[in-house]
Amino acid sequence: MTLIGWLQIGLVLGLVLVTARPLGLYMAAVFEGRRTWLSPVLGPLEHGFYALAGVKADKEQSWLGYTLAVLVFSALGFASLYAILRCQAYLPLNPQGFDNVPPDLAFNTAISFLTNTNWQAYSGETTMSHLTQMAGLAVHNFLSAATGIALALAVTRAFARASASTLGNFWVDLTRTTLYVLIPLSIVVAILFVASGVPQTLLASVDATTLDGAKQTIAMGPMASQEAIKQLGTNGGGFFNANAAHPFENPNAFSNVLQIWSMLVISSALIIAFGKMVGSERQGWALLTSVGVILIAGVAIVYWSETAGNPILTSLGLDPSAGNLEGKEIRFGQALSALYVAVTTGLSCGAVNAMHDSLTPLGGLVPMFLIQLGEVLPGGVGSGLYGLIVFAILSVFIAGLMVGRTPEFLGKKIEAREIKLAMLAVLILPLAILGFAAVAAVLPAALTSLANNGPHGLSEILYAYSSATGNNGSAFAGLSAATPWWNTTLGIAMVMGRFGYVVPVMAIAGSIVTKKKAAASAGTFPTDRALFIGLLVGVILIVGGLQFFPALALGPIVEHFLMLSGKTF
Amino acid sequence: MSAKSETKHALALFDAAILRQAALDAFRKLSPTQLMRNPVIFVTEVVAALATFLFVRDLVNGTGTPFFSGQIAAWLWFTVLFATFAEAVAEGRGKAQAATLKATRSDTLAKRLLDPADRRGAGAKVQMVQATDLRPGDVVLVEAGDLIPSDGDIVEGVASVNESAITGESAPVIREAGGDRSAVTGGTMVLSDWIKVRITAEPGETFIDRMIRLVEGAERQKTPNELALSVLLTGLTLIFLIAVVTLYGLAAYTNTTLSVVVLVALLVTLIPTTIGGLLSAIGIAGMDRLIRFNVLATSGRAVEAAGDVDTLLLDKTGTITFGNRMASEFVALPGVDQRKLAEAALLASLADETPEGRSIVALAKGDFRLTEPDLTVHNPTVIPFTAQTRISGVDIGERQVRKGAVDAVLRFLGLAPDQAPHEFRTAVDRISRTGGTPLAVAENGTLLGVIHLKDVVKPGIRERFAALRSMGIKTVMITGDNPLTAAAIATEAGVDDFLAEATPEDKLKFIRKEQTGGRLVAMCGDGTNDAPALAQADVGVAMQTGTQAAREAGNMVDLDSDPTKLIEIVEIGKQLLMTRGSLTTFSIANDVAKYFAILPAIFVATYRDAGTATGPLFQLNFMHLTSPTSAILSAVIFNALVIIALIPLALKGVRYRAVGAAALLSRNLVIYGLGGIIAPFVGIKLIDLVVAALHLA
Repeated sequence: MTLIGWLQIGLVLGLVLVTARPLGLYMAAVFEGRRTWLSPVLGPLEHGFYALAGVKADKEQSWLGYTLAVLVFSALGFASLYAILRCQAYLPLNPQGFDNVPPDLAFNTAISFLTNTNWQAYSGETTMSHLTQMAGLAVHNFLSAATGIALALAVTRAFARASASTLGNFWVDLTRTTLYVLIPLSIVVAILFVASGVPQTLLASVDATTLDGAKQTIAMGPMASQEAIKQLGTNGGGFFNANAAHPFENPNAFSNVLQIWSMLVISSALIIAFGKMVGSERQGWALLTSVGVILIAGVAIVYWSETAGNPILTSLGLDPSAGNLEGKEIRFGQALSALYVAVTTGLSCGAVNAMHDSLTPLGGLVPMFLIQLGEVLPGGVGSGLYGLIVFAILSVFIAGLMVGRTPEFLGKKIEAREIKLAMLAVLILPLAILGFAAVAAVLPAALTSLANNGPHGLSEILYAYSSATGNNGSAFAGLSAATPWWNTTLGIAMVMGRFGYVVPVMAIAGSIVTKKKAAASAGTFPTDRALFIGLLVGVILIVGGLQFFPALALGPIVEHFLMLSGKTF
Repeated sequence: MSAKSETKHALALFDAAILRQAALDAFRKLSPTQLMRNPVIFVTEVVAALATFLFVRDLVNGTGTPFFSGQIAAWLWFTVLFATFAEAVAEGRGKAQAATLKATRSDTLAKRLLDPADRRGAGAKVQMVQATDLRPGDVVLVEAGDLIPSDGDIVEGVASVNESAITGESAPVIREAGGDRSAVTGGTMVLSDWIKVRITAEPGETFIDRMIRLVEGAERQKTPNELALSVLLTGLTLIFLIAVVTLYGLAAYTNTTLSVVVLVALLVTLIPTTIGGLLSAIGIAGMDRLIRFNVLATSGRAVEAAGDVDTLLLDKTGTITFGNRMASEFVALPGVDQRKLAEAALLASLADETPEGRSIVALAKGDFRLTEPDLTVHNPTVIPFTAQTRISGVDIGERQVRKGAVDAVLRFLGLAPDQAPHEFRTAVDRISRTGGTPLAVAENGTLLGVIHLKDVVKPGIRERFAALRSMGIKTVMITGDNPLTAAAIATEAGVDDFLAEATPEDKLKFIRKEQTGGRLVAMCGDGTNDAPALAQADVGVAMQTGTQAAREAGNMVDLDSDPTKLIEIVEIGKQLLMTRGSLTTFSIANDVAKYFAILPAIFVATYRDAGTATGPLFQLNFMHLTSPTSAILSAVIFNALVIIALIPLALKGVRYRAVGAAALLSRNLVIYGLGGIIAPFVGIKLIDLVVAALHLA
């Protein structure tokens, strides 16, 4: 670890913090339907959409209506994407002449993009046509992100309102999020990517002659636009299999910083917007601080572990001063690679600029653990916020009792119904991650896909199911996941991780919104101070982490000890 | 907490008889149908049975390690037993109190009036019936020496009643028809005179019946917060169940076969057995604390709500101030010796038996060292105080001494109000403005001065309100006084707000307003006109001496009829919730250490090199526990013993301090959160040393 490295990390995170507040306040204004500086342009467009779709913008939905709208919308999205994938050979804009995507892979991919996971069991540049990339995948990059944000908005309103029954209108939230937030930001970021050298073209590929005189075909396509929403919407599905480690997706330090910034900015701004909308910006900052503490700790461990390197290689005579460079891009360096690793997994983005499979055992433990904590650091756009609120509810319930009052969060009493639903949501993670992993760990059909045996193989399994359930999408790339077993079970894990979580969370929102807002007094446990921040961190780590400790012990932890004793797998 | 009420129903925390009974009950409670109510302990029981089965199988087949699995099974059963024991101890204390109450409930005969409308005194025609045959609406005659057969309201007569059966207070109280002292309770005894009582309770539903059921815990249902906590604990249990079951598959990947006994041990140490085992005991103990404090709550819900109270409505009289105004100062007019004024006041008040009168005598004697003159020699004429004249005094020979309400005395002297001396009017004004009551004193037609009667605020009450304020509770004084007087007393007592010239409707409106603002309100009251407000308040404490209507409307009854207790009731409610939260935090924090005990033990052979004793994961054995089996056994033993160790805390409750929420939380987080992480490291290590020394593993 070097001071310069930490300065780089600090600079990027500082950039996020500085921009998150204005963006958060702008988003709060958009979501509350107030006029913003984009309204003159986008307002007519917005209302045009409502008129076309027959949406009554002022007609709000109950939690059930809102949730059903999300589910129906997602089901239709799945059907259309699945159809495109299965028929791409017959559709235009397929210059490379790619074949139709096989059923299990199409199922997995459609679910993956629908749930904002962007797990890719295929290589984009050799499987997907331009039409699929743009009209299929990129569209869902927007819509899945907008859906997540809309859900977070509904949950936010539950705390902002008192004794109400409705949570907003999904179609309105979806439209506003896409029009006012995602599209304008994507345009700006895409242009910046182009400026930094990311290609944006409809050409199929370019041919290059290498220094050795060999002829090389390099895939091309509309990358900058894809890249922008991939990061902003915490989707993470790259144009290339190598994702953001590929020099076309992420050519240089500037584009790398822009990638990290655009991953973090919306999720962070949403937390600020939450605070603003519930009437306490301080509350937003408190949540963001809790998240930041864990995230930075994660960065520190990865950075430390990777720069410490591998003692086995050192003993073979390799210079340890550069640390573990396997799977990393020299142009990004250790510090910003470590930051990228933690951020992409603390968020449910899943874009990678270094191969997680090649991290040291402890370095690899961090991204896996951050995903298992529930993708709340600060999590995927929208999903991170409502996940964080579930943790906040559990925190105030467990410790809030200690001040001698019925626990309340933002003035709303937390009672049996909320706890039941919160536990239901929290149960999804171990059920899908550990449940599937335990079966896969003994199933020969699953084990053939592993690139490594020993603890590293188990890590690959655990990581895959964590990534799918957490809707992250990154992978320990050693796993060859394009088999029916993996495509199917990972697809199911993604659905569980998204909708199995969303339904109980929305039910919580439905229950919270009807409650009175209790007045705060000196007897109320303040949830916007250091104490709550510490508590939330503790609950996320203990409640979120304890359940995965035995599994991690058999994966990265034992691998770490074995590495120290000179063994590899 | 007054010493009086503490001793009344005093029971040692651990009474030998209760413990014996509880030990028996602990086994009775093992019945799965009963344990189903407590999912965490139910799961423990199921896996204990499983472990027992495995132990027997190992023993019969001569396979495995029966010595180890037998011990694990035994400690799992102990875990369950300790939990049921905790509940039984808590219940036992209630049962002991119920037994005392039952003893007072005897099968009495009642004199039922043939004509319920008969109001011809004690001579009405009656018919002897069993008390259990009385129905609401019946009217019974109760005479000196009779037990009152059931709950009711007095419709005619006045009597002194011994209510010690329910209040523990042996001094008799006066009960009479009409007004706020008309309610009587079945099982109490009329000592003198007679009353006619209209029965208001169905048989088996009387106050004492309900009280018995309440303290026995038969009516106990999970309270809202307890329910929510149970759900949380059940969820955690499920999570750990998933973690442990899947561990079998994950371990199989590494060619480690985990025995079921070991997995069972891991499961039971991880699930929150500590709080799960103590949860119902905490709830029962909370109710019990109230009862020992002579307050009956009709539901556990009310006790919880008490902890949440934001606003306390307190009656001025009797709660904030002593019931009566007291003389605090003699203001002499210019040219009048203060001692002369005091003497005149003393003389005029000698025959005044009202508390105000006595306080004047006391002040005169105290401050001016006057002695009571022997009046008999002068053959005085005493003019007693009446509500009409509002003047009292004495004529001794030619001496005419009078004291009384200012306007009445002026009228007596034949003066118009503006004819009174300027200094007199200033003094009267000043006293009125500060909330006091001025009394004028005159002798032989001349004004001597003014007596300052003052509402005296109870000592220490200001500090209590300050403590409440730091707890975040707003105190509101309710008084019939005018706003000026009310403001003066409010300032002196240090309440946050006051409601002057309050009518019952005002109270109700005020409560609704507070509730709309998201605040929970507690109040106490005794009169029938308090009933709507008592019912509207989130916590309504009715006085035992109050009317039946008030007692029905409130959700608590204070047997001592002491309105200041509202403050302690709030504290008991808070203590109940705090105890739950603290032990939950402790229970969950414990898991960290248990992992470090058990995981290295069960994975001791995983990825072990041939020829070495332990594999890489045994490096996680930071505690240096003697052996893998000893580590697992020690963790299980610690897990069981910690329940027993915490029973006293569960019953007594975590101590409440009147500090702000943030301070309280950080304090408890350090003790139960940090303590919960550290304690098992120490405990398991110590147990491991003993286990190793005894060669148990």
